[in-house]
Amino acid sequence: MKENVVIIGGGIAGMEAAGQLLSLGYNPIIVEQQDHLGGHVAQWHRLFPDMIPAQELVQKLGESIAEANVFLETRVNFVNRLSDGWNVMLSNGINIVCRAILVASGFTLFDASRKEEYGYGVYDHVITNADLEAWLNGSADRRVPFRPESMGFVHCVGSRDMKAGNTQCSKVCCTTAIKQAIEMKERFPDSNVYCFYMDLRLFGKKYEDFYINAQKQWGVQFIRGRVSEVSETMEGRLQVKAEDTLSGRPVKVQLDLLVLMSGMVCNEHSSRMAGMMGLDIDSDGFIRSRDNEYHIVESNRPGVFYAGTCTGTKTVPETVCEARSAALAIHNYLKGR
Amino acid sequence: MDFGFGINRSSTIDLTKTDNGLFRRVCSEEPGARTCMACGSCSATCMASDLSGMSIRKVLLAMQRGQDIRHMLSKCMLCGKCTMVCPRGINTRRLVLTICRLYD
Ligand code: SF4
Ligand code: SF4
Ligand code: SF4
Repeated sequence: MKENVVIIGGGIAGMEAAGQLLSLGYNPIIVEQQDHLGGHVAQWHRLFPDMIPAQELVQKLGESIAEANVFLETRVNFVNRLSDGWNVMLSNGINIVCRAILVASGFTLFDASRKEEYGYGVYDHVITNADLEAWLNGSADRRVPFRPESMGFVHCVGSRDMKAGNTQCSKVCCTTAIKQAIEMKERFPDSNVYCFYMDLRLFGKKYEDFYINAQKQWGVQFIRGRVSEVSETMEGRLQVKAEDTLSGRPVKVQLDLLVLMSGMVCNEHSSRMAGMMGLDIDSDGFIRSRDNEYHIVESNRPGVFYAGTCTGTKTVPETVCEARSAALAIHNYLKGR
Repeated sequence: MDFGFGINRSSTIDLTKTDNGLFRRVCSEEPGARTCMACGSCSATCMASDLSGMSIRKVLLAMQRGQDIRHMLSKCMLCGKCTMVCPRGINTRRLVLTICRLYD
């Protein structure tokens, strides 16, 4: 009999780990709340920096776990500690006994309507990064105008924001804004596209090239200043105000579409899980790894491991690497190494 | 009539009404000019900057905001130091000449 490993969360972290655990000879069991695998990435259009379709990655991961047990639309009701492992009770009535659990419960997208000054859910043409990805994927969205002349991207929505309770940088949204700005320019070459940023944090491979390309080839205009307020004009356009901190002067502009770069916040599901298993929470609100330098995928509890954004904001490649690393850590743990 | 006070002109930059035609014309000849990341190396090294306020960074920004740049451009001595330090590899010295030629 192959040994069970319960994976909480069927996003790309859970999927990748399950694939690796299968080839290591285990029986991974994925428990996913939603009705599909792939998490947030499954809703995304293209991934930077090479612009591969997000669907391609999710599909590949799906093929690698064809033999894994997957419970969709299922929650973990309770977890209790046994002398030599854990007993996991699922909402579908199934109980699983295992020695190792992988928490891969991911993040929640910051609720942009909490930043009232940006008017998400109030004005007709304010959407989030996730809404735009869905639109790019072909789902209809009446908030996106037929032929926008001017568009804006607001960086750091709900990130780097003490008032919103999130001091962390979400890491991916600067690049996402630039990626989406380019994608909109491809569709509407004559439009003006503005990015309102505080810093451009473009740390990853080829991210800076993305930025240079957005400037040089696409003429995306970068304005250093956080959008302070958005209002609607009589004609139904958006009036956006910020300070152009490089000029030291206030700046305003009328737009037909405003895209809010909602950040990653720790999800309530992860916190619940942490409570049941006695896992530590870090000072940033995410689940706490044993340490943040060397033991990222390990927890303070025996047999509990982490992968992906449940422990902090991460990119897709970081998440996938962590999942592989977690699978190996679980393997070593179960082999008593 | 003298009310004993004046009203200052609004300092707000209205991008909807901004004419950045010069910047666009300049960029069609010098596409690199778009890649400025406002690092300030050019102005830090500029010999004219200290005394005259000349700054390539500010010239590029002001053009994008549709503002007058003549007072800065006229101070450039075309020494080329700024070109040497620009991390984006913008030929800033040639840029000054291009702007002067396209200015109407
Ligand atoms: S990646 Fe950029 S937009 Fe996202 S939180 Fe960090 S600085 Fe802000
Ligand atoms: S070329 Fe002009 S702007 Fe550049 S360093 Fe010399 S004086 Fe300054
Ligand atoms: S050195 Fe180059 S990149 Fe830096 S501010 Fe000057 S022109 Fe821009």
